[in-house]
Amino acid sequence: MIKSDKKNSETVINIDNLNKKFGTLEVLKDVSLQLFKGENLVVLGKSGTGKSVLIKCIVRLLDSNSGKINVLGEEVNSLKKHQIHELRKKIGFLFQGGALYDSMTVRQNLEFPLRRIRADLSEKEIDDKVKEVLENVGLPDAINKIPSELSGGMRKRISLARTIIVDPSIMLYDEPTTGLDPITSHEISMLINEIQKKYKTSSIIITHDIECVRTVANRIVMLKEGLIYKEGNLHDFENSSDELIHSFFKNQNSKTTKNI
Amino acid sequence: MEKTVPIKTLKEYARNKTIDLSDQTIQKKNKLTVFFNNVADVVIFIVDIIKNTFRRGFEFKEFLKQCFLTGNKSLALISITGIVIGLVLTIQSRPILIKFGAVTMLPGMVAVSLIREMGPVITALICAGKIGSSIGAELGSMRVTEQIDAMEVSSTNPIKFLVVPRVLATTLMIPLLILYADALGILGSWIGANIKGDVSFVLFIAQAFGKVEFIDYIPAIIKSFFFGAVIGLVGCYKGFNAGRGTESVGIAANSSVVMASLLVIIVDLIAVQITDML
Repeated sequence: MIKSDKKNSETVINIDNLNKKFGTLEVLKDVSLQLFKGENLVVLGKSGTGKSVLIKCIVRLLDSNSGKINVLGEEVNSLKKHQIHELRKKIGFLFQGGALYDSMTVRQNLEFPLRRIRADLSEKEIDDKVKEVLENVGLPDAINKIPSELSGGMRKRISLARTIIVDPSIMLYDEPTTGLDPITSHEISMLINEIQKKYKTSSIIITHDIECVRTVANRIVMLKEGLIYKEGNLHDFENSSDELIHSFFKNQNSKTTKNI
Repeated sequence: MEKTVPIKTLKEYARNKTIDLSDQTIQKKNKLTVFFNNVADVVIFIVDIIKNTFRRGFEFKEFLKQCFLTGNKSLALISITGIVIGLVLTIQSRPILIKFGAVTMLPGMVAVSLIREMGPVITALICAGKIGSSIGAELGSMRVTEQIDAMEVSSTNPIKFLVVPRVLATTLMIPLLILYADALGILGSWIGANIKGDVSFVLFIAQAFGKVEFIDYIPAIIKSFFFGAVIGLVGCYKGFNAGRGTESVGIAANSSVVMASLLVIIVDLIAVQITDML
């Protein structure tokens, strides 16, 4: 785990009183949080508490109802379509299911964002970059495979490779370890740390996997029913006397023990 | 004398008046709102496609790929359909024409009916089933598995990359498939004529095209482009706006076929009316 110095770091994402509704259902209620440069911020919470909605609002895949989202100095909600495309070039988004393009090979999947975001690269540079990221995620032999030939863990790794290939400064991970076995989950968590070190990214990691939290978190924010319930570091959470947090960590501990 | 009420007062009265609506009225109002929202969605979608068609950076490779998938991969189905339509049309109409002593009219009659109506409509309906459902299911599954979202966060406009090439491919390839089906239909008709009788291919073709006038081709070709556009648009719209669950993929594919087939028939009706007026 890498320690972040919150006081000396600059803010890369600043969310202020964010509200999001689907019809009459309030998913996010006055959520305010900051992501500091170089840190891994884990957003923890039960399913349906608005964690994924939060990061989708950051890249404006979803429009928020009110509140401000400032990403790398840009006010996301006031950006025009072409400006939001420019901003998205600096943000990597790892989707829960990987979201690999089924009709393309692994190589084509990796080349897809690169050819669009880094149009200045030559064919050789593109090829080198594809091979480099595949080496980084430990799957150099998967280059000509199609997504249906890959296992769940491999899909997540390739998806991660597709995200980091454009050198984003911010990474948003939507439940990176969901649906994976404990060993693969741990490998993915380690990979998140390696990416943070190597590419100097600032990341928001949405998860409810406590092992992943222990491996990657510099800071934790817990959401409950669309509200920020608690903010702190891993030590604060593990030693919390709060019933919800305690049960969350305790249940996950016993689950991990069973799995081992 | 009748007392007049100033307009200003009436407006104020209307503004302050609270009206109790029944549940039924509220439901009707909601349905109407949903309907108009859907219409607005479709209009915005079409405008977006038109804008992105003429924007810089046309996805030519993807367009060629879609032309191949739409055209080449439908050839076998359209070939069988074309030959069978011609064959059936000939076998059914030959005995009646013999009764009236007008069997020499057979090639011309088959050619005119194939080129003007049967070829375009039946081919378009087959394409609505094959191509419309495949586009609806493919884009629907991409929506459900967040591939379209992934494209957006990769700074790629999914309308430009996914929708424009598909709509243009169907608009271009379906008229070609229709012409191909017409040609095979006439071939099928010649086969049908030779099952019971004996007529040379050259004579059959000469008799067939002797009866077809230039005015028969134009409306058929123009409406074929509309059929193609409608099939592509409906498939893309339904797939692109699929819901979040896996069942949405099935719904998108199914509703693409139903809506595209219905619109093909409506477009045909309008085309027939316009041709009739000319």
